[in-house]
Amino acid sequence: MSNIVRDTPLPQTGKAIGVETLGMTMRFGSFTALDNVSISVPACSFHALLGENGAGKSTLVKCIMGFYHATSGSLSVDGREVAIASPKDAATYGLGMVYQHFTLVPSLTGAENLVISRPEVPAVINWAKERKDLAAFMERMPFNIPLDRPVSELAAGEKQKLEIVKQLYLGRSFLVLDEPTSVLTPAEADEMLGLVRGMTERGELTVLMISHKFHEVTKFTDAVSILRRGRLVGTGKIGELSTTDMAAMMIGDVRLAELDSRLPVPEAARPVLTVEKVKAPDRSGLKTIEIEDLTVRSGEIVGIAGISGNGQKELTEILAGQRPTDTGRVVVNGETYGATRSETRKNNVRFIPEEPLQNACAPKMTVSENLAFRTFDLKPNGKDAIWLSRGAMKKRAAALISDFKVKTASSSSPIAALSGGNVQRAVLARELTGDVDLLIVSNPCFGLDFSAVAEVRARIMKARNSGTAVLLLSEDLDELLEMSDRIMVISEGKLVYETSALGADVGVIGAHMAGHH
Amino acid sequence: MTVQANDPGLSISAGSGTRIRPLLEWFARRAEAVAIGLVAILIGLALFSLFILVIGKSPVTLFQLMYTGGFGSWFSVQNSLSRAAPLLLTALCVALPARLGLVIIGGEGAVVLGGVAAAAAAMPLLGLVPPAVLFVFMGLAAMVIGGLWIGLAGFLRHYRGVNETISSLLLAYIAIALMNQFVEGPLRDPASLNKPSTRPLPAEYMMGDIPGMDVHWGLIIGILACILSWILMEATSYGFAARIAGGNVRAAQIQGLPVGKLITGFTAIAGSFAGLAGMVEVAAVQGSANASLAAGYGYTGILVAFLARHNPLAIIPVAILLGGIDASGGLIQRRMGLPDATVLVLQGTLFIVILFCETFYGRFRIFDPDLWKRSA
Repeated sequence: MSNIVRDTPLPQTGKAIGVETLGMTMRFGSFTALDNVSISVPACSFHALLGENGAGKSTLVKCIMGFYHATSGSLSVDGREVAIASPKDAATYGLGMVYQHFTLVPSLTGAENLVISRPEVPAVINWAKERKDLAAFMERMPFNIPLDRPVSELAAGEKQKLEIVKQLYLGRSFLVLDEPTSVLTPAEADEMLGLVRGMTERGELTVLMISHKFHEVTKFTDAVSILRRGRLVGTGKIGELSTTDMAAMMIGDVRLAELDSRLPVPEAARPVLTVEKVKAPDRSGLKTIEIEDLTVRSGEIVGIAGISGNGQKELTEILAGQRPTDTGRVVVNGETYGATRSETRKNNVRFIPEEPLQNACAPKMTVSENLAFRTFDLKPNGKDAIWLSRGAMKKRAAALISDFKVKTASSSSPIAALSGGNVQRAVLARELTGDVDLLIVSNPCFGLDFSAVAEVRARIMKARNSGTAVLLLSEDLDELLEMSDRIMVISEGKLVYETSALGADVGVIGAHMAGHH
Repeated sequence: MTVQANDPGLSISAGSGTRIRPLLEWFARRAEAVAIGLVAILIGLALFSLFILVIGKSPVTLFQLMYTGGFGSWFSVQNSLSRAAPLLLTALCVALPARLGLVIIGGEGAVVLGGVAAAAAAMPLLGLVPPAVLFVFMGLAAMVIGGLWIGLAGFLRHYRGVNETISSLLLAYIAIALMNQFVEGPLRDPASLNKPSTRPLPAEYMMGDIPGMDVHWGLIIGILACILSWILMEATSYGFAARIAGGNVRAAQIQGLPVGKLITGFTAIAGSFAGLAGMVEVAAVQGSANASLAAGYGYTGILVAFLARHNPLAIIPVAILLGGIDASGGLIQRRMGLPDATVLVLQGTLFIVILFCETFYGRFRIFDPDLWKRSA
């Protein structure tokens, strides 16, 4: 193994290559992340890789891309076995990857981003020549992106396309797309995937796409491989497998939590949360968030749809008292609400922010401490407590852990050691215990696996049915359509559209999300 | 079968299995801090040895002297303990805010102002009240002024977004200038000719030593402050709220915790301990407030707090160790002809290495409690 002879010819741009793994196994200590996985992605195919969180999808693609070195097994590119020691090696074979989150430099233009991403950039760049070359290159691309504008001004869909173009510009002919549509509107996602599909059909590209969304998989890809707990549990052509089959393979024989049937919202349901004419600066301080009127009544779920970065974060911050407002007020149960601990406690307001580990937990504190955030300063009789009761804390934690099936090595492990689903379960356990009048939830299922998603949604629906007013902010339109009674669209800091969820038109919602109103 | 990390629906709750598991787990968690701390000190000493070799002296002799000077005899142990006393208090000035996620490095300012306030408070009371009552007033004055001083840094941090590290450091310079202003101006004892000082405390009003030892009462005060701080942080709901705010300020805000009050309050408590260190210097060591108050205790306290990982109880042994290193400075100077600053070089080297070694936490699997959970 001292001298690896590279017998595979260097890739030619514009000619797709196939990739195959054979018995790929990856162990981390005693943990087997990938167990004897063999998948074949022939040249010019659009292959989907499905699996729950932690099923081994990322491990597999990281082995292919040279980030990890597989414990055993081999990798073939274009039918020849190759050893890929690093991502750089992968690049020389024409393998590239597009990540879930953007890797472009926001302050530079598209053209600048492309040129500086090359492995060898001349010390002095001849921009006139580069622009000419780029124009010629873009002629051959199906994507239409303005390359002369700073990336920060591009829409999410354009950025994602630029990420793909960057890989093609770098001469990659096999692309791994890691959940490429998670930040796009439905229309943007369809357009982008359609163009990628076209390239595979023309034989210019091979794609392996990690996805959670069945409708994308069935609409755009040729074949699918499904991983569960590190093993390949199924593979087949689209059309031969139904989405039910795929879902069953992904989750195994775990029974998903079912949503309670939706109780009708009574006509006279009292408003719990009212936001009246609130104005506040946004994160950049340059734009204003203006919420004219937002009311959530007892026993209903109001969904807020919108593309990330249109004021959702600011709205939750205003409600959580983290962002001072210029005018207007937030009213809960008929009284002005400033999100202090006593107001929150008196009105039974609960927050479940997105990315709970970063926003609702102290990562280094233990699970039982994190579970006590809401109650540590209360005595059993409801009076303020000065002394902590470690015993009561542990006991309560044990009860919550078993009620909400939080999987943790022990209640004294740091909460950061838990998987995403279990952190979310722990936060739900903390926030959904006891009476809840108002629940404010933001992207509760982001990054969670199937069964955790089903469980989280079931818990929220249950709270709704028992009379909780729920404000659900989500970037996942399917989730909003499934969960909400009413949907409002937020765009550029304003609520621009409202519809009843029943019979809502996704196209209209999408158009408002994209700013056409 | 390998149990996968996010296997849904299963619950492995605590408490199952043998008794040895929690013990091993507990041990693994604590051993990491001790082991990494010790390794950091060893690396620091090794680097310092290089420095000593370069200037042509023997590190072995130096370390022997350091031991003799710090802990070699009852005399030197008492000397080390005396020097540890102010460090206990100034380290708390760093450690308490650190639990809230703040890096306060200007404890020196609270020390000098605390000393001046204590001396000023003592003047009108001399001869009117018994010494014990006088010490209470001196201590209160020092704690109030120290608390205001460092509390200001916390307040500015939360309400005006001013970086607390910079502001506390700059406040320390202002404090030293203020001390000079007072000591050379309104509070100056006309009898202090060469070294401007406040009027010295009469001998019967000095704090004196712990019975049976040649160590002043400041040591007991410091140790008590450490124990009280530990209780505050670990056993009260205020401490818990502060730890939430330090662990994740967004999580604390979402729970409606008064983050601003917590930050201001805990920095004020921290500052009051540093102020108390100034009072101890005046009442037990100097007898008056003068420029010797700015002896660097505030800065050495930073080193102590970081080495103790901001655990108030761990501060006690670490302060004694650092006090020992400090105490050996004179001996090294006399026997080896090395400048006084040699000890500072050692302290600086240790500090850099300790900060560097902070990055090793969580990197070694042997300290992973879950490892012991699984294999036990």
